[in-house]
Amino acid sequence: VPVAEKRLVDVKLGELGSWLGTRDFTPNGILASIRKGHDRYYNKYINVRKGGIGGVAMLLAGYVALSYVWEFEHLKHDRWRKYH
Amino acid sequence: MMLNFFDQFMSPVLLGIPLIALALLLPWILFPNPAARWINNRLITLQGWSISQATHQLFTPLNQGGHKWATLLISLMIFLISLNLLGLLPYTFTPTTQLSLNMAFAVPLWLATVIVGLRNQPTIALGHLLPEGTPLPLIPVLIIIETISLFIRPLALGVRLTANLTAGHLLIQLIATAVFVLLPLMPTVAILTASVLFLLTLLEVAVAMIQAYVFILLLSLYLQENV
Repeated sequence: VPVAEKRLVDVKLGELGSWLGTRDFTPNGILASIRKGHDRYYNKYINVRKGGIGGVAMLLAGYVALSYVWEFEHLKHDRWRKYH
Repeated sequence: MMLNFFDQFMSPVLLGIPLIALALLLPWILFPNPAARWINNRLITLQGWSISQATHQLFTPLNQGGHKWATLLISLMIFLISLNLLGLLPYTFTPTTQLSLNMAFAVPLWLATVIVGLRNQPTIALGHLLPEGTPLPLIPVLIIIETISLFIRPLALGVRLTANLTAGHLLIQLIATAVFVLLPLMPTVAILTASVLFLLTLLEVAVAMIQAYVFILLLSLYLQENV
C-alpha cells in the first residue's frame, strides 16, 4: 500500500515526513479537510436516530478546552500567590 | 488582583487570531441543517420544533408584511441565545458583552423598521409620535418627548443586552472569588455564599435566554407599528 493512501494511524514514524509531503495544504485542501472532519464527527455522534447529549457535550467540552488555551495569557495572572 | 475582574471582557488574541472569531462561528456549527429526510434524527427534530414554536409565538401579532422579517429575526434570536449561553461555560468569551457588537445589531435593525414605516405608510408612522387622547396644550411637548424616545430605542436595545450580560458575568466572578477566599477562614459563610453562587448561575442562564428574547421581541414590536 503506497504511503500517500495510508491513514495517519497506519503511517510509521519514519514515513511521517513523506506522508506529510503528500498532503494537500492549499486553502482549498484545508477547507476540504475541515469539512471532512466535521462530517465524520457529525455523522458519528449527532446525526444518529436517537442522539443524546453526548455528541453536543463533547463539542462544548472541546470548546472550553480551546478557550482555556486561547486565554492562558490572561489566566496565568490569576494564580494563587503570596505577593502579586 | 484589582484589574483582573475585567480581563474576561478583553478580546483575547492567540497567534494573531482573536477568540471572538471562534466564539462567533460556534453557533453556526451547533445548529445543523435538517437533512433531506422525511423524519430526521432526534436532535434535529427537537431543534426544528422549538424554532417553529418560537416563530409562531413571536409573529402571530404581526401582519403579513411583518412575516417577511421572520427569517432574519428568528435567526438573530437563535444566534443571541447561543452566544449568551455559551458564554456561561468556563473560560469562554461572550461576544455580546462588547457594546460594539450589540449596537451593530440594534442600530441597523431599528433603522430598518423606521425606514420601512416611513416609506410605506409615512402618515401612520409619524402619527405614532402622538398618543391618542392627549390634551391640546400638551401636544408640542409630547411630540418632542416621543421623538426623543424614538431615537433612544437603538441605544436602549444595545446597552440593555451589553449591561445585563456584563453585570451577570462580573457578579459571578466576584461571588466566586468571595467563596474561594472565605473557604479557609469561615467555611459556613463560604457554603452560604456558594449557594448564592449556585442560584446566581441559574439566574444567569435565565437572563441569557430572556435578554435575547427581549431584544427580538422589542424589534418585532417596533416592526409591528411600522409595517
